[in-house]
Amino acid sequence: MRKLKLAIGLGSTCAGCDIAILDLNEKILDLAAAVEIVFWPTAMDFKLKELEEFGEGEIDLGLYHGTIRTSAQEHIAHLLREKSKALMAFGSCACFGGIPGLCNLTSKEAIFETVYRDTPSTVNPDFTVPKTEVKEGGYLLTLPELYQEGKALPQVVDVDYYLPGCPPVVELIEKLLPIIELMKTGELPPKGTVIASDKTLCEECPLTRENKMISQIVRPHQVIPDPQRCLLEQGILCMGPATRGGCGARCIKALMPCRGCMGPTAEVEDQGAKMISAIASILGVEDEKKLSEEDVEKLMNQIKDPVGTFYRFTLPMALINKRVIKR
Amino acid sequence: MEDFDPRIIGFCCNWCAYAGADLAGISRIQYPPNLRMIRVMCSGAIDPEHILNALSMGADGVFIGGCHPGDCHYMAGNYKIRRKVALIKRLLSQMGLEPQRVRLEWVSAAEGQRFAQVVTDFIEEVKELGPNPLKGKGVRREETKARNRARLHMRRV
Repeated sequence: MRKLKLAIGLGSTCAGCDIAILDLNEKILDLAAAVEIVFWPTAMDFKLKELEEFGEGEIDLGLYHGTIRTSAQEHIAHLLREKSKALMAFGSCACFGGIPGLCNLTSKEAIFETVYRDTPSTVNPDFTVPKTEVKEGGYLLTLPELYQEGKALPQVVDVDYYLPGCPPVVELIEKLLPIIELMKTGELPPKGTVIASDKTLCEECPLTRENKMISQIVRPHQVIPDPQRCLLEQGILCMGPATRGGCGARCIKALMPCRGCMGPTAEVEDQGAKMISAIASILGVEDEKKLSEEDVEKLMNQIKDPVGTFYRFTLPMALINKRVIKR
Repeated sequence: MEDFDPRIIGFCCNWCAYAGADLAGISRIQYPPNLRMIRVMCSGAIDPEHILNALSMGADGVFIGGCHPGDCHYMAGNYKIRRKVALIKRLLSQMGLEPQRVRLEWVSAAEGQRFAQVVTDFIEEVKELGPNPLKGKGVRREETKARNRARLHMRRV
């Protein structure tokens, strides 16, 4: 039987997703036996030209990881879409924008000003910043364009499958192997399949919930948490109630709160909004009748960075996904 | 801005604020027509998603009317929306939107006059703030479409 062709493209990424694939350990041999890797620049010496030479739909499965922030990354995303029969958003950055998506809180100009002018070690009196085209000694030098905002893969091209996680856990990546076997028979999983649980993380959380009320928020470094009890009940902000499960609650098992990398559950559009609901249902409930408006405000002010907490991995896919900057 | 006619989405609870609006209506109290009202069973049932969605689709303001504290038909729904709104306002100011675009008011079923008053005040305030900066961006509609597509995809078919 012919081997399937697998291509792995990348955008604005830390390459942790590549490492996660290598973390398959001995199962990587099964992957290598099942597919022929035709493009994976992080792991092997591939050039973009090789990807460009493929015909339309010649690659069976394309994985894309990373946010899309530059014209070069957008080009790779479009290429991969065109050449692949099925395209999978691999990892949180491709699925929802991920950590690099937090760039939507600032602007391209502000970044250039900080990096090329305001940092103490920078001397740049003419304020020279990267341009997409520069003529130098008779040669035209080009650079990809940095966009104003970061985008998730489904905001740029049509995506067939999703595998969230930052990085995706090995148990979920292993599920790719039977899917690849299935694809060999020509049968594709239904479009929109998310390789993860459909329920929230709380469903698979090993900790026990007793009394769902808190009177204050504490940060993880301020307390030694009780290893048996729900972290949220101990006042530690845990994104579990608004986050898709399937990761095996490994952060929780190390007594660190969930940061929400698996994104919202199937029926939810905006992960942060759901988390606001969850927090509002438990914080300051006990003596709610006695609290004044100012007390409620003070209570909520304990959350220092609402966007960074509630949308840490999903800002580009949020309902309000870009900071309004008035100039 | 002279010709700015704000578009405001209102969520009003069935038992107090909506009844208050009804009273304002049958008492023929005049107030500006900028409010598009949606009746909900309880202010506590309003999901932050609804509020953010209204703003992202270009509503200039979101008005939320609930029962006075202690009067909630379902015991504590209005306390819940009070906490949600406090958090949403913090979120909005971090996103560069004026938190005053979301207003929570308590209106009882007997307060038709008060309903007209708070709505008029809010409309005036929104007029001063100016149009929602997220409104009318061609890209946004495309993005919303893309997002809805993605959302449909994310549901298990």
